[in-house]
Amino acid sequence: MELFLNRISDGLSNGATYALIAMALVMIFKATTLINFAQGEFAMFGGFIALVLATERGLPMWIAVVGAMAITAVLAAGFERTLIRPFDPSDHLPLVIITLGLFLGINALAGIIWRFDPRAFPELFPSGNALTWNTVTLSWYTIGTIVTVAVVAGGLTLLLNTTKIGLAFRAVSSNLESSELAGIKVGPTLQFGWAIAAAVGTLGVCVFVASPFRQLEPNVMVTGLIFAVSAAALGGLDSLGGAIAGGLAIGLVQSIGVPYLGIPSELSLLAAVAVLMLVLLFKPSGLFGTPQVERV
Amino acid sequence: MSETSTSPELVLEVKGLEGGYGQIQVLHGLDFHVADGEIVIILGANGAGKTTTLRAVSGMISRKGSIKLRGEDISSAKAPDLVRQGVAHVPQGRGTLPELSVEDNLRVGAYIRDDNEIDKDIEQWFDVYPVLRERKNQRAGSLSGGEQQMLAVSRALMSRPSLLLLDEPSLGLAPIIVAELFERFAEINKETGTTMLVVEQNAQLALGIGDRGYVLESGAIFTEGPADELINDDAIRKAYLGV
Repeated sequence: MELFLNRISDGLSNGATYALIAMALVMIFKATTLINFAQGEFAMFGGFIALVLATERGLPMWIAVVGAMAITAVLAAGFERTLIRPFDPSDHLPLVIITLGLFLGINALAGIIWRFDPRAFPELFPSGNALTWNTVTLSWYTIGTIVTVAVVAGGLTLLLNTTKIGLAFRAVSSNLESSELAGIKVGPTLQFGWAIAAAVGTLGVCVFVASPFRQLEPNVMVTGLIFAVSAAALGGLDSLGGAIAGGLAIGLVQSIGVPYLGIPSELSLLAAVAVLMLVLLFKPSGLFGTPQVERV
Repeated sequence: MSETSTSPELVLEVKGLEGGYGQIQVLHGLDFHVADGEIVIILGANGAGKTTTLRAVSGMISRKGSIKLRGEDISSAKAPDLVRQGVAHVPQGRGTLPELSVEDNLRVGAYIRDDNEIDKDIEQWFDVYPVLRERKNQRAGSLSGGEQQMLAVSRALMSRPSLLLLDEPSLGLAPIIVAELFERFAEINKETGTTMLVVEQNAQLALGIGDRGYVLESGAIFTEGPADELINDDAIRKAYLGV
């Protein structure tokens, strides 16, 4: 029982970081119905930038994280303008290939700059446990990841629902042509989505590797992205709330389902994909996605 | 083509308009104009080029020829910029943002404005179409066809345009709803002075509120004239009124 509770706590903290990357994927998917396969690598790169800002420039850790979020947002906006916008947005295959190319390119670039040796990442949350009950513990890290997800989800919701750029973003996500006819410039609006997604993803990686049990290295998000894509699809791909629910569900399946079912941990990735397949089989729009219904 | 001076009362003056999709040319040199405060109707059968004409005017497709808005050349302007110059276009079918609430749809309509009368205008359109007020928090996609058309028109008018382009507003709607819609167009035109260019197949209703009309056939103007003359024209009566 106590092991079970500890596994829940692990599952929640893993799930929270999947949820952050999944929210980044959802931002892009909402606007373009495209999955950005380079999202995890953008985020990994942002993690290294945060590490450099903190260890080489001596910035306080949270300032370094915010700085890295801003830098990756600008970089992502640049990618959108130069590599994504010139292509027909309704033709997905070339765009998917571009994001795969970015995935490989950014991964290699990070390897060239920072090499593939794992590096310790400074802790973002107090170390130790907030609660201890017999052998059951709830670490500050777990609490920190969950609070971070809640803050990001709240912030994105406010941004999308109370600002003019948020309105434009939702409009473009809903109907491209009607948005243009209302005077919304689609390109810059999507660029805003790419920038926000990159910033959220960077925060996700920083929180992920801030765990005392993890380190930062260029391949850190390669499997993380699969979990995040599963989380986003499970939640419905166009729902921020769904990304959180999906992330936590995948995290819990990974930490509870996998050991109790006796699945070798090497196959935990497969378990995530299996859950995803089952959900999509019975509920194709995901748990919280918008079903394509429209009165005619 | 020789340049002629544009008389100031012309809101829209189109000469030699050509346009189409990719290799397929749909419009073969249209000449038409819309004067300030007028309601002008473009009639035509399916495939005559009505929708293409509106899309060419509002910059949704690439086009050739001269398009002047109050004397200013707009033939290379893109759709989002034209809204800022006072052209609002209600596209064919559902011109709404289905995932957004009714109220947010109206706010999107006012996207180009930054004055502080937006809320007042929203209330005004809720007065015109009370059903929209009842459903202001509902997703636009859940409205009926007629309600969506009301919303699409209100949303376009939220940009406070001087020229409203309406693409077959009657499409797929019950006759009684269409009659109400057109009555409202006539009222809006009278009250706000909004100039309108309406593409329609429902000749009787459209010509009933229109000042002038053009009949489009295979991407060219087949005939034109005052609305009351067209409505009595034998060829048009046969082709569009079924009498």
